[in-house]
Amino acid sequence: MFDSNFFTAAAENVKEMSIGDAAITAVFGYCVVFCGLIFLMIVLYCTGAYFKSKNEKESAVAEAAKKIAPEAAPEAEKELPLAPGSAGHVKLFDVPDKEAAMIMAIVADKMQKPLNELHFISIKEVK
Amino acid sequence: MDILETLKTLWESSGFHSFLIDGGWKNLIMILISCVLLYLGIKKKFEPLLLVGIAFGCLLVNLSYFTAGDTSDALYHMNLWDNFLDPTHEDYHSYGAIMAHGGLLDILYIGVKAGIYPSLIFMGVGAMTDFGPLISNPKSLLLGAAAQMGVFLAFFGAVCLGFSGNQAASIGIIGGADGPTAIFLTTKLAPELLGPIAIAAYSYMALIPMIQPPLMRLLTTKKEREVKMEQTRVVTKTEKIIFPIIVAMFVILLLPSTAPLVGCLMLGNLWRECGVTERLSDTVQNALMNIVTVFLGISVGATTAADRFLSLETIKIIVLGLTAFAFSTIGGLLVGKIMYKLSGGKINPLIGSAGVSAVPMAARVSQMEGQKANPSNFLLMHAMGPNVAGVIGSAIAAGFLLAVFK
Repeated sequence: MFDSNFFTAAAENVKEMSIGDAAITAVFGYCVVFCGLIFLMIVLYCTGAYFKSKNEKESAVAEAAKKIAPEAAPEAEKELPLAPGSAGHVKLFDVPDKEAAMIMAIVADKMQKPLNELHFISIKEVK
Repeated sequence: MDILETLKTLWESSGFHSFLIDGGWKNLIMILISCVLLYLGIKKKFEPLLLVGIAFGCLLVNLSYFTAGDTSDALYHMNLWDNFLDPTHEDYHSYGAIMAHGGLLDILYIGVKAGIYPSLIFMGVGAMTDFGPLISNPKSLLLGAAAQMGVFLAFFGAVCLGFSGNQAASIGIIGGADGPTAIFLTTKLAPELLGPIAIAAYSYMALIPMIQPPLMRLLTTKKEREVKMEQTRVVTKTEKIIFPIIVAMFVILLLPSTAPLVGCLMLGNLWRECGVTERLSDTVQNALMNIVTVFLGISVGATTAADRFLSLETIKIIVLGLTAFAFSTIGGLLVGKIMYKLSGGKINPLIGSAGVSAVPMAARVSQMEGQKANPSNFLLMHAMGPNVAGVIGSAIAAGFLLAVFK
């Protein structure tokens, strides 16, 4: 019923292996994958540390500039009165109002809790 | 005109007649299998973008290619590809012979044989993937590496079951849960197994939501699954631009055989992130990806001609593929548990199972299981790190196997 000859004698360049060789190749291969990705991880940690320190420096400079010239808080940023039943204000960072409303609705739905029992502090787009 | 003779000739040249002669019944079985695959793709939505094409390719080849019948009108000719692989034959490695004598699917299959389609698919995957979660949490790479355990265990198992080294390597890579990588490696090392391996890889990728959760619940405690992970740091645009360049340089220098896959993956990602090639990124993500998917699906399906596909080896490949998937999931979960212990309970081990590179299916499964244990748990972005690390990990595993067996 089955025509398996083709598989066993398929390609000319097939490499036959003993079970011992296969075990060594498997362990060695797994180690190569680990070593490769560990090395990549180290590289990523190094670049990450560089960019983190760079960002910290930039934000420190910005902070210092802010302290030198403190600006008056605009009228619009003052605390607005809360709507009845509201759980507080939510700060949005690079997120449009509509998307924020959608995210809050999804979270409430997934947690199976009424929206007015949840307190969202901020919603930030992770770039 | 002899009407009876003409009718006899018509009957003998028809596929219906071929079903009745030597081995024709196998084509009937393959036609049934292709209908089952079409059902799974269309009705059950199992990786439909590829499975529908593969299933229809399987249908076409088994309607037009009969071992004992006239193969001149066939869409795909196994014998031409046997000659292509036979060093003693005059058509050895001759694409010209394929172009001259091949059918439609033979010509489309050249893209698979030359490794073009898998690489272009990787370009699209790169353009669609946000590596931010991985860059912000490089530890994820360990989970991506751990989840390649199934690749090497299935490779070992395949050798024990009597497959050659080349064939075992191609079977093992099913555990990487990465269709294009599996196709790329198999066309290089064991092209005769492409049909069953591609079908096993894509079927199991579609079945991830069924294969992984029982293992995840078996290997983790409720307390571990409930862990809420802290938000990772924000990744800058510059980091995202540098990342594909660093990975391409590092991985290709380490394993030059990964250059087509990793090079295309990272080029696609660079187009996405650099911000000045939006048109190219859009084309690669959508138009090119769709075109290549059409060609890849139908030409892979064409390799499932009955006399090759219906064998004991196919059953072994299906079983080994499932074993590979299961052990890849287990490998990721075990390292996830180690990280949970070492981090003092800050890492949810469920993200380890996402180290198999089926993007984003495996990450979604981690998210769903995490949320079942704790409804306020949001693991998706944390699981995306190991998930994309798995793509790089499976490419490295394939590169290693290619370097050893080519």
